[in-house]
Amino acid sequence: MAQKVLDALKAAHGAAVDRTASAHTDEIAWIKRDQLLAVATWLKNDAAMLFDAPVFCTAIDWIDYRPLDRPPSEFWSEDKPRFTVAYQLRSSKHRHRIRIEIELPEADPKLPSLAGLWPAFNWQERETFDMYGIRFDGHPDLRRIYLYEEFVGYPLRKDYPKEKRQPLVRRDDLPMNPIKVAPMEHK
Amino acid sequence: MATDVTSLKQLVLGRKDVQDMSDTEHELPPDLMTVNMGPSHPAMHGTVRIVLTVDGEKVVKSDVQPGYLHRCFEKESEYATYTQIFPYTDRLNYVSPMINNVGWAMAVEKLMGLTKEIPRRAEYVRTIVSEISRVTDHLTCVGASAMELGAFGPFLFFLKCREWLYELLETVSGARLTHSYVRVGGVSKDLPDGFADRLIHTLDQTEKVMVEVEGLLNNNKIFRDRMAGIGAMTKEDAIATGCVGPIARACGVDYDVRKDYPYSIYNEVEFDVPVGTTGDCLDRYLVRVEEIKQSIRILRQCMKQIPDGPVVVADPRVTLPPKTDTYNTIESMIRHFKHIVDGIRVPAGEAYTFVEGGNGELGFYIVADGTGRPYKAYVRSPSFVHLSTAGGLIHNHLIADIVPIFGMINMIGGECDK
Repeated sequence: MAQKVLDALKAAHGAAVDRTASAHTDEIAWIKRDQLLAVATWLKNDAAMLFDAPVFCTAIDWIDYRPLDRPPSEFWSEDKPRFTVAYQLRSSKHRHRIRIEIELPEADPKLPSLAGLWPAFNWQERETFDMYGIRFDGHPDLRRIYLYEEFVGYPLRKDYPKEKRQPLVRRDDLPMNPIKVAPMEHK
Repeated sequence: MATDVTSLKQLVLGRKDVQDMSDTEHELPPDLMTVNMGPSHPAMHGTVRIVLTVDGEKVVKSDVQPGYLHRCFEKESEYATYTQIFPYTDRLNYVSPMINNVGWAMAVEKLMGLTKEIPRRAEYVRTIVSEISRVTDHLTCVGASAMELGAFGPFLFFLKCREWLYELLETVSGARLTHSYVRVGGVSKDLPDGFADRLIHTLDQTEKVMVEVEGLLNNNKIFRDRMAGIGAMTKEDAIATGCVGPIARACGVDYDVRKDYPYSIYNEVEFDVPVGTTGDCLDRYLVRVEEIKQSIRILRQCMKQIPDGPVVVADPRVTLPPKTDTYNTIESMIRHFKHIVDGIRVPAGEAYTFVEGGNGELGFYIVADGTGRPYKAYVRSPSFVHLSTAGGLIHNHLIADIVPIFGMINMIGGECDK
């Protein structure tokens, strides 16, 4: 059933689709960034597609991806895009699902926002921005959502150390500026 | 900012000329006020802050801010073996941890191609513990919401009932709340002796409690006045904002993962999916109450149909060797060691797996790189998506209405903030 979706997508927007795959009952299509909005609009509105229900949006940082039992060169080279942003969609009428993935280079990690098409992606794109530093052009309110404004860096990037701490409150086990207490005045 | 306030005043007060204060100045406060609600507020479950702009009692603008319970689930998961992540999933939705366990196990099994290999008894045990968890989830949601509206009795009845179910799950897993019971390939141990009788007895008691509480709430004037027509959402909005589970079903969206994309043994049991019409808080309450009854129905069928057999797949890639072998043969000892230290080796690939959680579609998106630890583990938490609708739902409602709306969204901090 769902392979039809990928075939229809390739027929309608062949130039925008890099490649497609079906694995583990998921249908995945890699879309070019500059045509994402056109493809997404078509996926939402076409009568045979009708992907009206957004499921999730997240990103993957491939910088450290070295699968065992395969040569690293297969997965990583200097010119390979570092990030992938994945949108999972579902059609409540046809009940098919698709995941569209957009590859983004490290130097310019931004893509058009889909929050205008599916309001659910408003917060999920904010989460992706918060965790990976991906910029969504045209997002109505791109702020950090889980972390605080003062936070430096993007914690789910692979080069953010797991042990790094940026506390806002006093922690005795971490180096912080000592709290100065003025002596009481006795009269 | 000036135009912002102007448009807000026109919206709320219906004034054409904002400068003209002559008619209403004495009755209505001319200025909007910003109020901070939460995170240390009992109705915000201690984890969400809402910055409200109010005109008198009416909410005209709100900024919902989650994140106070962010525990780095995804970052921690990247450094833990697939088995070590089960305790983390317990703490996602901590009122129905079993469903989270099952969801994670199914996600790993899908990547390993084990989905069809799981023994049938294991599938039944998973369904039983999942449905018990669904009942506890809905009991907590309904009970706590009723309490927040002043009905303390139903809360106590429901918590009493929930405690019976927790005790049952404790006999199964050994832990009252954070079970970590499910394993990749099955479950960690079989159901204890006499479980069937205890479960049936508890279900009978639960049904009695349901009668009591429904008698207290369903036609209670205060409860109905606080719930009916409050926080209503249309079917189209529910779909577009990604709502799933009881909230979407209350709006008339007929979507239940157990029916639409059947997994485990849900196509072997008979149950109905309750669907609401108005999409307000009262419908959300009614849908949840009906789902409790449907879960009880599933549980009764499962106890009749459950087959005998192993509860974990006999695949050396995912299961530990028997303890006697571990202590007596060097091969099993090594296998045990590799299994614990290196983890389950999951072939490289990516997959999204989803189950029907207490709040709706709970999904895990895993990118595996062939090692024993996930390269990326993303959880599609329904609470987070539902909370994103809260700002729209409380718009133009009174401050007091935030409490039932928020209660019926059933935001679970652990799941929402990851």
